[in-house]
Amino acid sequence: MLNRTIPPPIKDAIEFNLQLKPYTFFELDNGVPVYTIDAGTQEVFQMEMVFYAGNSFEKQKLVAATTNFLLKNGTSTKTAFEINEAFEYYGAHCGRACQNETAVISLSSLSKHLPKLLPVIKEMITDSVFLEEELATYKQNSKQRLSVNLKKSEFVAARLIDAYVYGDNHPYGTYSNAADIDALNTAQLKEFFKQYYVNGSCMIFVSGKLPDDLKAQLNNNFGTLRLKANNEQLPTINLTPAATKKYRIQNDTEGVQGAIRIARDFPNRHHPDFMKVMVLNTLFGGYFGSRLMSNIREDKGYTYGIHSYVQNHLQQTAWLISTEAGKDVSEATVEEVYKEMKLLREELVDEEELLLVRNYLIGTILGDLDGPFQIMGRWKNIILNQLDEKYFYDSINIIKTITAEELRELAKKYLNPEDFYELIVI
Amino acid sequence: MIQFEKFVLHNGLKVLVHEDKSTPMAVVNVLYDVGARDEDPNKTGFAHLFEHLMFGGSINIPSYDEPLQVAGGENNAFTTNDLTNYYCQLPSENIETAFWLESDRMLSLAFGKKSLDTQRKVVSEEFKEHYINKPYGDVWHKMRELAYTTHPYRWMTIGKELSHIENATLEDVKAFFYKHYTPSNAILVVAGNITTEQVKMLTEKWFGPIPAGEKYERHLPQEPKQTAPRKLEVKANVPLDALYKCWHIYSRTDSRYYTIDLIGEILGGGASSRLFQSLVKEKKLFSNIECYHMGSTDTGLLTIEGKLVKGVSMATAEAAIDEEVKKLQAQGVTDKELEKVKNKTESMMAFEDMSVMNRATSIAMYEQLGDADLINKELEMYQAVTTEQIATECSVIFDENNSNTLYYFAN
Repeated sequence: MLNRTIPPPIKDAIEFNLQLKPYTFFELDNGVPVYTIDAGTQEVFQMEMVFYAGNSFEKQKLVAATTNFLLKNGTSTKTAFEINEAFEYYGAHCGRACQNETAVISLSSLSKHLPKLLPVIKEMITDSVFLEEELATYKQNSKQRLSVNLKKSEFVAARLIDAYVYGDNHPYGTYSNAADIDALNTAQLKEFFKQYYVNGSCMIFVSGKLPDDLKAQLNNNFGTLRLKANNEQLPTINLTPAATKKYRIQNDTEGVQGAIRIARDFPNRHHPDFMKVMVLNTLFGGYFGSRLMSNIREDKGYTYGIHSYVQNHLQQTAWLISTEAGKDVSEATVEEVYKEMKLLREELVDEEELLLVRNYLIGTILGDLDGPFQIMGRWKNIILNQLDEKYFYDSINIIKTITAEELRELAKKYLNPEDFYELIVI
Repeated sequence: MIQFEKFVLHNGLKVLVHEDKSTPMAVVNVLYDVGARDEDPNKTGFAHLFEHLMFGGSINIPSYDEPLQVAGGENNAFTTNDLTNYYCQLPSENIETAFWLESDRMLSLAFGKKSLDTQRKVVSEEFKEHYINKPYGDVWHKMRELAYTTHPYRWMTIGKELSHIENATLEDVKAFFYKHYTPSNAILVVAGNITTEQVKMLTEKWFGPIPAGEKYERHLPQEPKQTAPRKLEVKANVPLDALYKCWHIYSRTDSRYYTIDLIGEILGGGASSRLFQSLVKEKKLFSNIECYHMGSTDTGLLTIEGKLVKGVSMATAEAAIDEEVKKLQAQGVTDKELEKVKNKTESMMAFEDMSVMNRATSIAMYEQLGDADLINKELEMYQAVTTEQIATECSVIFDENNSNTLYYFAN
């Protein structure tokens, strides 16, 4: 008879030999770097053109994000509708996103349609016209969307906590209001476009099942443009953190939950503690079995979910705890978060839990490396952070070897309530 | 072409195996053929609450998550109105751990009081987070009650009201388990770096001894044909007026489903769709507009929803939607438009099928519909849709007497 109380034998995930498939690298004729991963079974393709055109480079709020968004809204030969149709006819998706340092134009498509799609992207990044009417519609709809978002306590909390940690003049901490949207004009956008796209710095990441003539296709479309490899000096802006640490904000009188954010500043990926803290963070609030989840969700039922994470920023960053908890138990939730910090500072994690965290992390990385897009996603993060594959292998090694004592030391160094900003928005 | 093999255990458990040697991982996906539609109208939200309880320890294993994480695995689950699906992914060397865990909770749960007490609270917070503490969060609560008079799609997966969750007892939980969580009511899909032989052996070993239980026969009250338009006005603490309009469509297995799906794409599937171009860009009546359906197994709803630009009246906004719908009925669609949405569908399917986890879940869901091989046949069915079929269905579906309209006014 089968004894179901005895678990089947397992191979500890830490015994797995994790490999990050190397990328292939080449440069276009104008020096723009291209990183590629050719893998997968489906005939699909993903490209990301990363420009150094994020909000760190703007002189006025929202100019970077708006320029990025309106790249799909008209060139001298195509209307916004025609650009959208050009992609959607082939079942392709052209996305755009604006972050702090970088702004991205992405393309997802079946590989066979590339020759039809790359020329459209070329047109967008060289010949966008930023019509008054397109901007006017964008402004109106952005203000409407903002008015809805401002009713959400989690939206309000997310932007305030960044402003406290970094300062509201810092690119990572800044946020915008309706007046900032109103202040946008096409002249600013055109100028930003010319400097940071037409004459901008760019790198290209391509993954999927790649066509044989990929290099020629990319060169024909982008190799003769005035783009250059990245030599932008990232503007360094000092933190101007808020003086007050604790905040309680009433955003909605009918609110039934508090959006809780607890955060502190943290160094970037080049700091020797960074990779180690990734393990500590997992233990603390980084996975379903974490201390925060086990206590505050699974034991007390105060919330549907509670997580801690380190933000993915290039220069400096923040360590955050984030949850939505019942209005009546919000204060108790904050207390429990601090109790969990205290436990990590004072008590050594036992070997069983530490092994669980190690295995979980290694298993997750193994699962995440499934498919060309995911592999390229890892590489892109490494490259944008100006790191190399050593970072990946060192991280694995740290997951496998970090000790309970080291984790306790890190908790003593970083998990002190007095260093954290604390916010509840109801 | 996605290959798989299928066999059935003597206790009725259906097993499908999809081998993929390109990944180091394995996926174990268990679909239980029970969703919110199978609930008692006075105990709604149960299928979903139950999904939470499935992680609260089984008869022989106190914790589901921990041993899985020790084996390098990750898992999650979701509940819809039609089904409850559990999936986990782990290094293929450790696949037996997943068999051990999944079979034990199919055998029986621990039914601990603590787990029920906690998960009732957790689900209440989930209810608040997604449906109360959000502007427009109650729209589907109201729309379902308007559009369905009889079918249990009348309530949302999360439940009709918080009290149903708060009042759940251990007896309710046990009864639900024994009724729905039987091998004959489940579909097991194993995918990834495994062999069919290995899966056969492990399935017999771990799932074979589970008693068959009683097969649940579904006899749901079907929604009668709607014969007059229904309208509802709501005032709420939101910043913008919004308009929601739904029409009853066909079941997921009806051959006309594909036509309807493409009509939705043509109307509101992207920035080059008809509604977006006409009503957001040209007429500037809406700040956003979409057309979609939820792919429900029983007859679902095709929905158009949009937020009105401030200053635009509800009557003007509704008339503009009606005009687009009439235009579609009178003039049909062009070959190019149809080609576009077919291309989009082909592309979407290719992207969806990239991860072994998605493939495993899709195989299970198609098997629940009656034929796992639909995963390979559906593209053809989309390709076969004609402009004539679209014209026909536009006149059938967009009948005023088949419409349900929710006017959501800002206070």
